[in-house]
Amino acid sequence: MTMEPKSFQLFPESASNFAPTVDGLYTYMVVVSAFFSLLVAFLIIFFAIKYRARPGQGVPKPVDEHSIGGMILEIAWSVIPLGLSLVMFAWGASIMFSESRPPKDAINIYVTGKRWMWKIQHMEGAREINELHVPVGRNVRLTMTSEDVIHDFFVPAFRTKADVLPGRYTTEWFRPTQVGTYHIFCAEYCGTKHSGMIGWVHVLSAEDYDKWLAQGSGEGSMAEGGESLFNQLGCANCHVKGGHGRAPNLYGAFGTKVDLSDGTSVRFDESYTRESILYPQAKIVAGYDKIMPTFKGLISDEGMLKLIEYIKSLGDPNGVVPGRNLPSEPSDIQKTGPMAAPMSETKAPATVSKTSAATGKQQ
Amino acid sequence: MITAPAPVKETKNYLNAQTGLKSWLLTGDHKRIAVMYLIVVTAFFALGGVFASLIRLELATPAGDLMESNQYNKVFTMHGVLMVFFFLIPSIPATLGNFLIPLMIGAKDLAFPKINLLSWYIYMLGGVFTLYVLLTGGVDTGWTFYTPFSTSYSNGYVVAAGLGIFINGFSAILTGLNFIVTIHRMRAPGLTWFRLPLFVWAHYATSAIMILGTPVVAVTLFLLVLERGLHIGFFDPAYGGDPVLFQHLFWFYSHPAVYIMILPSMGVISEVISTFSSKKPFGYTFIAFSSVAIAVFGFLVWGHHLFVAGQSIYAGLVFSILSYVVAIPSAIKVFNWAATMYKGRVRLETPMLYALGFIGLFTVGGLTGIFLSSLGMDVHLTDTYFVVAHFHYVMVGGALLGYLAGLHFWWPKIFGRMYSQVWSKVSAALVFVGFNLTFFPQFLLGYMGMPRRYHVYPPEFQVFNVLSSAGASVLALGLILPAIYLTWSLKHGAIASANPWGATGLEWQTSSPPISENFEVTPVVTTEAYDYSTVPQEVVHVG
Repeated sequence: MTMEPKSFQLFPESASNFAPTVDGLYTYMVVVSAFFSLLVAFLIIFFAIKYRARPGQGVPKPVDEHSIGGMILEIAWSVIPLGLSLVMFAWGASIMFSESRPPKDAINIYVTGKRWMWKIQHMEGAREINELHVPVGRNVRLTMTSEDVIHDFFVPAFRTKADVLPGRYTTEWFRPTQVGTYHIFCAEYCGTKHSGMIGWVHVLSAEDYDKWLAQGSGEGSMAEGGESLFNQLGCANCHVKGGHGRAPNLYGAFGTKVDLSDGTSVRFDESYTRESILYPQAKIVAGYDKIMPTFKGLISDEGMLKLIEYIKSLGDPNGVVPGRNLPSEPSDIQKTGPMAAPMSETKAPATVSKTSAATGKQQ
Repeated sequence: MITAPAPVKETKNYLNAQTGLKSWLLTGDHKRIAVMYLIVVTAFFALGGVFASLIRLELATPAGDLMESNQYNKVFTMHGVLMVFFFLIPSIPATLGNFLIPLMIGAKDLAFPKINLLSWYIYMLGGVFTLYVLLTGGVDTGWTFYTPFSTSYSNGYVVAAGLGIFINGFSAILTGLNFIVTIHRMRAPGLTWFRLPLFVWAHYATSAIMILGTPVVAVTLFLLVLERGLHIGFFDPAYGGDPVLFQHLFWFYSHPAVYIMILPSMGVISEVISTFSSKKPFGYTFIAFSSVAIAVFGFLVWGHHLFVAGQSIYAGLVFSILSYVVAIPSAIKVFNWAATMYKGRVRLETPMLYALGFIGLFTVGGLTGIFLSSLGMDVHLTDTYFVVAHFHYVMVGGALLGYLAGLHFWWPKIFGRMYSQVWSKVSAALVFVGFNLTFFPQFLLGYMGMPRRYHVYPPEFQVFNVLSSAGASVLALGLILPAIYLTWSLKHGAIASANPWGATGLEWQTSSPPISENFEVTPVVTTEAYDYSTVPQEVVHVG
């Protein structure tokens, strides 16, 4: 399970699409830094020896800075380092741009940080704790949130990390390039067992990954879980297909720009979805009334992710998502307000289908 | 530069002009207040050092076998809080700056002597709060107090610690205010801005940051206390707050605070390199204005602490490029210091050894800073030991070595005694070697991926951690030595002359230690700064 720990190495394993570029930039920076460090060290030592004071020596003549091109020197040692560092800036920025733009075809996996564990949900329904199984060669996008404080999902072998914030969603993506097992660290200090909030990424071959997924969880996919929540909580009563209900249409809405009643607009993303469910009065869609009640305290963070995944899955603005049996008409509005909804997926502690042996190992 | 009278031969000086504890506790003399600061700042440094030793002891093995996780978290928090707020920030300004600025500009005292004394008492009050936290059970938030951990989850004494730092901040604000007014209003006749020692320029820039930045951290900590105590939502999403807002506010102060720590050190280095090369600093105006540039641009780079905190990538781009811009004035200084030695008369006395050590370590600290300014690089390195190593190269290799260089340089002036040349050189060497052994391996650990603030770590990181802990013991030895030989010198050291190093500058024109009024007659300045042709040759010790 564990990689053979090497006693002396200078680079972590290189296991993602980002690793070679980040290592390249690092090498460039090390070379430039070493050059300037050695240059300064050489100058100091050389001058200290060459111009060391000798007994009886008088006051040295002041150097006329103009005669030795003082101004040219000042400009040179400002502009040359600036030029070299602009390369670092541009190179680093281009890496960051690619890190912040997950490819469209990426597999979505949801991560919830909680002191002091990582809870992971796969769209297909599998759940794991402190372990993440991903296929080699496929783009993987993590959508992450925290139940309490700020955490940070860091995989050194992938050369990437991102903070995991309470109350909003952040993303991180990578394409694993090497089958193997790699560290997950929480990199943002989160209290007592911060250093125990660690785990393993298992990069599997496509075949092994399919096998692993097929073990499943017996719970159905996240979208299915979200759909049953959607119905339990009575969302479907108002949010009807086509947008003719009392609430805005959710079909095909995810990812679009939504016009608000105050004249501004907002992107329909994970954070907007979450905000609209917990704080419905914060942003009102143009043309609708402030009638939605808050669902704060009724939905766990993992339940929220399922709802989001369900709303995302409502791809076609008018049609029915294939394979799903969706309510096409509002059912009895009076009877099923949100408060009457059953709470099975709500604040109960998350049940975990796959507690692997590794959770014990980390503690 | 000398038009001041010859050194006064009287035995009366500021140290023995009055006696008794009351004469110290109620003094308005900037020199005595500086000495009082020196004593308490040293005590806090020692305490912070004890915590550092505990950290390195714990990390010598991968398992958490010395302390429990909660204890370890409190230990590194106290180390950070004490070192940053109670040592590094006041170290040079409140001791050397307090002592030297009036002397360097030919004034009798700072503009507001009573405010100066008040700032010491405020510092002490803030210190008492912090010691209270320490004795009653500590605080485990890290010195950065990130929310919502600090406001809703920490089980330490966050409110008391926050108030301690809040109070302490006013001491820095008052000191900065005093310096600015003094430098504007109380310069000796003929001492124009461009005849000022670079130490004064550096302190002027530092004071501006203190006045503009410190109120922000005070407000931020106040909001934090309100949220923790009264659950008023600013930062915790559970109360409708924004968790990242705290980081913006905190770093808006705390990044410039890094320059509060390093700029005074740079001022010291400019003086020391010039004196021990008997040469005017190369590019005087460039060094002076680079201090000002650092103070200005230092306020525009805070977002580089938030590259992975969900900040917009376009904000990240701006903060990244500005961070490169702020690196340039530092590069200018380093090259100018090296060029100052060119065709000079270089004497490797103890202050010079420390100063050369500073240049080496600060160069590494600055260059590794540009790693972290690069967006894609920072994503991998932030919150790892690379960051820990980087800021220790700047804070310890830079600020602390500058402080030690300055302390050894002006010790004869402050106390009128010389210290052991042999032991002080041994100390300088031990500090340099021990420091590099402690912190260089941490760069490698960081790139390997070891996160900071880890109590327990995977076994493959142990080799570099053992090296680091070994280096820390050498470093500790190098830092204990000065405490011994400097204390010893107070009674047994050779009597120092007025100008033992052959330096220019008005502070060397008066006796060592100076009289209470600093100068018999207010000096009149007629020449440029750093005119070594005016220094009497017999005072320059060469050998």
